Amino acid sequence: MEPVASMQVSVTVNGDVYGREVEARRLLVHFIRDDLGLTGTHIGCDTGNCGACTVILDGVAVKSCMLLAVQADGASIETVESLATGDGELHPLQQAFSAHHALQCGYCTPGMLMSAKHLLDHNAEPTENEIRRAIQGNICRCTGYVNIVEAIAAAAKGEVSA
Amino acid sequence: MLLSEVGYARPSSVDEAVRLLAENDGARPLAGGQTIVNVMKARAAAPDVLVDLADLAELRTIAVSDEGALELGALATYSELITSAEVKETRPIVAEVAAQIADVQVRNRGTVGGNVCSNDPTNHLPPVFVAVGAAMTIVGADGERTVPAEEFFLGVYMTAAGPGELLTKVVVPPAGESRDGFSAVTIGADGTCIVSAAATVTGDQARIVLGCVAATPVLLTAAADAEAVREAVRGAELDPPSDVHGPAEYRRQLAEVVAARAVAAAGEGH
Repeated sequence: MEPVASMQVSVTVNGDVYGREVEARRLLVHFIRDDLGLTGTHIGCDTGNCGACTVILDGVAVKSCMLLAVQADGASIETVESLATGDGELHPLQQAFSAHHALQCGYCTPGMLMSAKHLLDHNAEPTENEIRRAIQGNICRCTGYVNIVEAIAAAAKGEVSA
Repeated sequence: MLLSEVGYARPSSVDEAVRLLAENDGARPLAGGQTIVNVMKARAAAPDVLVDLADLAELRTIAVSDEGALELGALATYSELITSAEVKETRPIVAEVAAQIADVQVRNRGTVGGNVCSNDPTNHLPPVFVAVGAAMTIVGADGERTVPAEEFFLGVYMTAAGPGELLTKVVVPPAGESRDGFSAVTIGADGTCIVSAAATVTGDQARIVLGCVAATPVLLTAAADAEAVREAVRGAELDPPSDVHGPAEYRRQLAEVVAARAVAAAGEGH
């Protein structure tokens, strides 16, 4: 094989298979937002610090601004759009974020939710310290994190009603 | 941020990767991408070709050799180091330090090879690998060679793995009677190191390796007590950089502190 400037990629996003021709330089987050039209995944800092672009790729949380779309060829991706059911029922984490006022402007929320989901997928009963470490890569400039931590703890315990 | 145009190849063998790196000017290996993608955004570097190592499963393994050495594939991620039973049993300092790097998302993608080959002076693993006396396996067109970690780090962003070569493995010797420690002052919890130190203590002697105070890790030896360690750091006449996080004099002072803490941490077990 020789190097290519663009290639055909196939990724599964939220259960749907997408095939697209993409340039090698295209970031995964741009591919998700602009090519696939899934704009729930946000671009915050674009430097790998803020975590607003967090998605779950093959089972692990990653920052989609620090991957090329071509690196995701063959992968399975979950974005924030995967959380609520088709008829609009919110995921327990989303219900908990709402009930605990875990967002203000909401910009960081998609990334926070995906980091929280990654945590709870691997650790059903996290301690407060484990929750805080799990969202270490997600910056929120509004809340001070207290309500986010409480919301994730509540979701873990199944306390999702308002 | 739109990156500059770049060529992309995803080889299916180490030999093919080495060939691609050798035959394409400006080709760079792409492992987890947690450094190089951001460097490309900032236009701080513009590789012409990225050779994606993702399909080289043989570089992703973590194993213990017949001699009891810990063999870390260059593509092993920090998260894999943290959860590895082999690392925990053989040389747990590697997992302990990997758990202090950045955040979950970065630890899920960032790799052993990326950390040492980017060789930013603030990186966590170079001082650890020098302290424990690791050996780096490098593959090139002429075959395979092994370079001691002490000789691997050549300058800021420069290592013994040159153009057309690929780091494939880091071999960490068994701990034996030695104990390891690490200490750093960082920008926020698990943030970038301002000064770091790794220590390996054998009997009453300590190997101390300082990070962030020079272009490459600084190796010192001293008796394993706090005053002797501080004296050794003072005697090294360090000339660390000054930046927004601290002037050179602050780093010189911190180097004594983290060196003594790393040696103390080694004394507490591991």
